[in-house]
Formats: sequence, C-alpha cells, structure tokens
Amino acid sequence: MNDNPVFTRIQQEIDDNPVVLFMKGSPMFPQCGFSAAVVQTLTHMGVKFKGIDVLTDPGLREGIKQFSNWPTIPQLYVKGEFIGGCDIVREMYASGELQKVMQDKDVALAR
Amino acid sequence: MTMAETIHSKLTVALAPTALRVVDESHRHAGHAGARPDGETHFRLTIVAAAFAGKSRLERHRMVHTILAAELADRVHALSVSALAPDEPAAGP
Repeated sequence: MNDNPVFTRIQQEIDDNPVVLFMKGSPMFPQCGFSAAVVQTLTHMGVKFKGIDVLTDPGLREGIKQFSNWPTIPQLYVKGEFIGGCDIVREMYASGELQKVMQDKDVALAR
Repeated sequence: MTMAETIHSKLTVALAPTALRVVDESHRHAGHAGARPDGETHFRLTIVAAAFAGKSRLERHRMVHTILAAELADRVHALSVSALAPDEPAAGP
C-alpha cells in the first residue's frame, strides 16, 4: 500500500481537508455528469469541500482507484472516511443519511 | 454476447438475483471522456439479491465491482449501481 507515492498525497489531502471530492474537472466546471451530480448535492447542502481534478494527473486518477479500492470517479471522503461514489451519495442524500454523516462528523453546513 | 449480456450473466451466476436490470446508457455519453465510438462503456444496473441483506452500501457496490472486475478494467468506464435486498423498497428518483 505504501509503495505508491500518490497514496501519500491522497492521505495528506483527506487528512488536511474535512470534505474532499476526487472528481473529473473542477467544482466550477465538472467534466462528467456523475462528478457534477455530487458537486450539486454538496453545494445544495451547503457543505464546503475541496474538489480535486483527477484528469490533471494520470497517476492520481489511477492511484485513487487503488487507494479506495473503488473503480470509478467521483469519490467522496468526509473526515478521512470513504463515503462512496455518485450513486451512494445520491441515495444517502435522498434518505437523509448524508446530512446525518456531516452532522455526526461535525462538518459545518452553510445553512 | 453484448457487454450488457455479459454483465447480466455474471451477476446472475454470482448472486442469484430475484430481479436484475442492466441498461446500456453509452449513447447518452457519446463523445465524452471514456466513451468509445462503438459504445458499451456506460451501464446502469438495478439488482435485487438476498446476498445484499445486512450489507452496507459500500459492501454491496464492492461485491458488484469484484464480480465485474474484468469488465471494469476493460471497457466499462461507468457503472451506476442500485443494489437492494429483497425486502427493501427501491430508492427514489
């Protein structure tokens, strides 16, 4: 696990930022409908997050899949914990679980 | 066999689902990153199986990912999954 230098960078990002979204494109300009959907959900909830564009770095794009043991992008981390991809975020938001996760982990909601 | 048929077949063998729907949505992503001219890159599946009972969302998705690892490593670029146990209602829109 530790032989990949990209893992160190990923760990640093999820340690340093309460909510991190590994995505295609930027939060302002998502390059993929699934990434855009998660950005929209987080924005709607008023959650501040750091979006990391995996398209700018092929090593990161492959590395995050190995790091999370998850084959697709986007990937959401909250307080260092992997939450899931677009489907899971959408389902958890619809059921209210995502809001509860943010509250339980003391993530500030803007509203 | 189409990719949708392969996915259907593998999940059927591995999980004995009581309901399974595999939809090829590649045409909706034509021309963007990950799409191929000959399609078969983007799929949506709804699967109901007793094997999911008592499992978290992450665990359910990872079960599906493991069964379809070869396809995901090959041409399947996006896989939308709704994985339910038999007594659970389908998620909303």
